[in-house]
Parts: sequence; structure tokens; C-alpha cells
Amino acid sequence: MALNPEFVGKAFPYDEAFCVGVEKIREFARAIGDDNPLYRDRDAARAAGYPDLVAPPTFAIAVIMKAQDKLLFDPRLGLNFDVVVHGDQRFVWHRPIVAGDELSSTPYVDQVRVLGGNDLISLRTEVTDPQGNPVVTAYGTLVARGTG
Amino acid sequence: MTPALADLTVGDVLPTLSYRVTRKQLVQYAGAAGDFNAIHWNQRVATDVGLPDVIAHGMFTMASALRIVTDWLGDPGLVKQYEVRFTRPVVVADDDQGAEVQVSAVVGALDPEAGTARIDITSKFNGQTVLGKARATVALA
Repeated sequence: MALNPEFVGKAFPYDEAFCVGVEKIREFARAIGDDNPLYRDRDAARAAGYPDLVAPPTFAIAVIMKAQDKLLFDPRLGLNFDVVVHGDQRFVWHRPIVAGDELSSTPYVDQVRVLGGNDLISLRTEVTDPQGNPVVTAYGTLVARGTG
Repeated sequence: MTPALADLTVGDVLPTLSYRVTRKQLVQYAGAAGDFNAIHWNQRVATDVGLPDVIAHGMFTMASALRIVTDWLGDPGLVKQYEVRFTRPVVVADDDQGAEVQVSAVVGALDPEAGTARIDITSKFNGQTVLGKARATVALA
């Protein structure tokens, strides 16, 4: 079943900011097995010129997860999440994410299409600070296998 | 020490990296990232949707591959862009060994005007690449 084309071009701002915590950064760094001191040692991060711990770059996916899921699980979109795999992902960082950040996410549906019997959806999520300054832009394609 | 742009040449090879991923780590990553898709921890669900077994989160593989760049840089804040295509899954068996992934990287392009280098990353599981077009752009002085 094709995905709902009415979603294309629309913004789906998520109403709750993601508050980046010290322990969440440490937990994420442990989960990816990365012992970079800037992810776990607050003094080291400050000595390197950051206000607090630096998040691993792909921590951005944790920041946008709820906002993206809210959109993807909207029944009107018609995405069968049971058969979804990740097609591609790109991040553009306007600055590093650090502990203490309060980040708002607004996903946009850039495209929906059918390719080789699969439903594809391309998302772009703009992550901003409370002043509206851009922090990260995340581009991702999800593939629902065999539904298109 | 962070490498200097002027000291780099296209084709320069970064120190290689290999890592193991186990079921336990996938559960840990699911919690850390908030991605609880069952194909990453439940064999029944994974095989029901046609996968050979539980597979690693694409984002786990993406994150782990970038470590070759951030280990080399020291400062992860220098990474400006990073993109991958998920071409093959990393299959993680239900044992203590898990899956071993080999990561290598080369300097793919230099842009002295922008002050950036493009690093091209190769990530292999069972001798086959699992990420396509994996490229990070880093800012260097």
C-alpha cells in the first residue's frame, strides 16, 4: 500500500524538547563502545573548550527518535513498521551537541515513493536550540520491505 | 594530536579499527538510542520478517564506523557531516562472540578553501561491506 502523499512537504514539529543529560551521553558512548574522554569526563570536555560533555555525533538519532516515531507511527501515513529497515542516513552538524542542550526537533517528509516493491519515505529533521539556532539536520530514508 | 589539513594527502590511510558486537550490546544500544525495533533483539521477530537472525541497528553500525574518524581526530566536534547507506545487515548470533566488524578509512578528498577533509570509510562483516558511501566531512586547521 502506497504511503499517504499528503504527508509530503509538511512539517511535524514535536512539542517536547529533548534535554541532553550527562548520564545519557555516557550511556550512549558506552553502548557504542567508545571511550573518548570528551564523552565521559566533564573536566576533559571543559579543558577542550566545551561547556560540558560532548555527545557522540550520531547521538543526534536519539535526540530525534521520538519526534520521528510520532510521525512514522501516525496511522494516516500507512507505514507498516513491522517490516521497516533503515535505508540511508546523513547528518549535518551546525555545532556539536553538548550536555545541557535543550533541543527541539521538527521532522519534514521530503518524499514518499515505491521502489522495487518497497515503500520508501525520506525524512529531514531540523534540530534547533531554544533560540531557534540550527544544531543538526538529519536526513534519513526508511524502507518498508515488500509493501509497495 | 589532531591532524593538520596541510599534512594530509588524498589516499592517506587512517589507523584501522575492529570491534565485536554482541546481543547484549544491541540491547544496550536500543536503550541508549530509544530504538526498540524487535528485529534488533528478538530472533523470532527477525526471522518472521525474513531476516537470517537478529541484526544490529543500522545506526549502531554507523556510530561504530565513525569511531575510526573520531579516534583519529581526538575531538569529535570536528565532524561536520556524515552519511551512510545501509547495504547489508550485520547479523548477530545468540552467542558470546557476536559479530566482528572491520573498519578502514582513507582520506577521500581535501578542500583547503573550506578547511575540510572527506574521509571515506569501509566497514566489513564476513568480508562484505555493510555500509555504502560512508563518508565523513571533518573540519581541520
